[in-house]
Amino acid sequence: MKHTISVLVENKFGVLARISGLFSARGFNINSLAVGETEDPSVSRMTIVSEGDEKTLQQIKKQLNKLIDIIKVVDFKEGEFIDRELILVKVAVTPKTRKEILEAVDSVEAKVVNAGAKTISVQAAADQNAIRAMLELLRPFGIIEVVRTGRIAMGVEDKSVIIEKGKPEVNE
Amino acid sequence: MKMPGAKILLESLRKEGVEVIFGYPGGQVLPIFDQLYDSPIKLILTRHEQGAAHSADGYARATGKVGVCLATSGPGATNLVTGIATAYMDSIPMVAITGQVKSFLIGNDAFQEADITGITRPITKHNYLIEDVKDLAATIKEAFHIARTGRPGPVLIDIPSDIQMQETEFHYPETISMRGYNPTYAGHPGQIKRAVKAIEQSKRPVLYVGGGVISSDASEELKELAVKNEIPVTMTLLGLGAFPMTHKLALGMLGMHGTAYANHSIMESDLIIAVGARFDDRVTGKVDEFAPHAKVIHIDIDPASVSKSVDVDIPIVGDAKNILSKINKDVKKPDTKDWLKKIEKWKTDFPLKYKQDDKLRPQYVLEQIDEVTKGKAIICTEVGQHQMWAAQYIKYTKPRTIISSGGLGTMGYGFPAAIGAQYGKPDSLVIDIAGDGSIQMNIQELATAVINKLPVKIVILNNCYLGMVRQWQELFYKKRYSYTSLAGGCPDFVKLAESYGAVGMRIVRKEDVRGAIEKAISIDNVVVLDFHVEQEENVFPMVPAGQAINKMIEGGLA
Repeated sequence: MKHTISVLVENKFGVLARISGLFSARGFNINSLAVGETEDPSVSRMTIVSEGDEKTLQQIKKQLNKLIDIIKVVDFKEGEFIDRELILVKVAVTPKTRKEILEAVDSVEAKVVNAGAKTISVQAAADQNAIRAMLELLRPFGIIEVVRTGRIAMGVEDKSVIIEKGKPEVNE
Repeated sequence: MKMPGAKILLESLRKEGVEVIFGYPGGQVLPIFDQLYDSPIKLILTRHEQGAAHSADGYARATGKVGVCLATSGPGATNLVTGIATAYMDSIPMVAITGQVKSFLIGNDAFQEADITGITRPITKHNYLIEDVKDLAATIKEAFHIARTGRPGPVLIDIPSDIQMQETEFHYPETISMRGYNPTYAGHPGQIKRAVKAIEQSKRPVLYVGGGVISSDASEELKELAVKNEIPVTMTLLGLGAFPMTHKLALGMLGMHGTAYANHSIMESDLIIAVGARFDDRVTGKVDEFAPHAKVIHIDIDPASVSKSVDVDIPIVGDAKNILSKINKDVKKPDTKDWLKKIEKWKTDFPLKYKQDDKLRPQYVLEQIDEVTKGKAIICTEVGQHQMWAAQYIKYTKPRTIISSGGLGTMGYGFPAAIGAQYGKPDSLVIDIAGDGSIQMNIQELATAVINKLPVKIVILNNCYLGMVRQWQELFYKKRYSYTSLAGGCPDFVKLAESYGAVGMRIVRKEDVRGAIEKAISIDNVVVLDFHVEQEENVFPMVPAGQAINKMIEGGLA
């Protein structure tokens, strides 16, 4: 089963390598991984989509938590988050198919971002189902290139993945 | 006061209570070595950086303090890698310091450059590359904190040589705040209550004890739990010493080369109380068939160890000492009389045994060492057959008296580890049990031991084979001894010892064993005892890889 995991990490160099190294060393799958800054510039957020049974997922979470530079790991539960991915698709176009493609793009709330003589480039920011639907719709015309950012996700309502104020610190 | 990075490093180490560093110089640590020239911190100059890492590890295991090793960039740093990995697998607190090429050269394939933080990422608990001298003191504070707290482990600090020379104000921080690191010590009260109840209701409980009990200094609490409630205790290789082998409740080691009675006890148990152990594959054998009738309580400080291989019924994350003392307070003794009777019968029916005759057998040497030292020596081991015999035939009674590479299984570990242990415990008798294969992996450290007057005794059980591999070839590869014979190339260990200024002794007859051991102990120098033992002796019992642990060769019952 696919899981969407939101990870808050220290914004330091090498953290991405620690995480990707952990996944490869322990044989965990990464379907996608997206990294970016958060509201706090000292903290980055990674959204990792991973696959595995319950036991594997438990291990992934625990092993991530063991990394010193990782501050928080949340495995989103169904219905408690929204997710989006940005995708660019370049489709082959002929004078014959141009109109059809433009209609298809309209019907899935995507947007043409470049229109050339031989290709049309389309952008969509949507959840996984919508992206899949768009790709299916465009496939018959001939997809030349697909560029995806990987999924990002956010907990809804009070399911925010943020650093709580007043959390006890380790002192020696 | 302003001081250069190299001095800040040494001052910070002093603040952490470091008295000794095991290390080797080189181009990118020259500023540090210059500061060491008149520092109260002693440097033990090993003859190979791998030796330095293992010595720091042996020092840590013998004393419970953080071991420190130091090497230059590039090959110096990569030579530490096996030692760091060894410490990582066995959760040993260690800080490794490496020099790095100058900051502005990093990434240029400079002379003796290696990306050591990249290389050691999967074998350290954490590592650092220092980018600014102002971060140095705080980083060292963090490194020691991480190394010794929670589940201990090695931490590496890579310091470019220009940063070692740059000056800044020295201020050693009093406190640490790391929002990503906060180990749990207490143990969940509800889980502890459930564990107490499970123990009280059990009829066939077994304590399965690992190195976590040693590192959390919980052996008194463990003894109380076992003795007051009459629960038998089996130990992993790293757990040996946590409970005295001389006690009637002790079952010895379990697993692949465990005692038959320990393995049978696990397999028939209705409650396994795992403390500071991690259900390693050498312990569990075939996981699906491990302890089929048992409920499992698992006490461990590392949540990732819980339910990693064996599913646990009552996990308790926290410090073993804390949790055991809380259990001790509440638990009422279960009735284990019948269970202990059954185990007693296994002990009589399937004892550890080897052929009793006039031949010089390796097990006999270890029995004699045990009789002479009576649990008072610190026994270090290399890796192989001799290691398993040392685990089987020596009766450890105190924590930190066996020092062995369990997780990584590093040949060449024991002797440099013994040097570290001897430095940390100058009044103890330190013996390295070795094979003729393993000892040759770090034999150069004879110089280190002799020069520093660290009178380690090296017992070589010399069978002219890489014995454990040969045993597998005998049992599972139709006796095709592919490249496991060392005959013909073996050095004269007596002369070798003498050439380093140590004492060498060769023992070829059974009747000379006892006298040689006693004599060696009386000599205030490094002694190499070369025992020419039976060449094709095997370690039994043995659970073939991937089998259930009661399916033992020569274990009875199977």
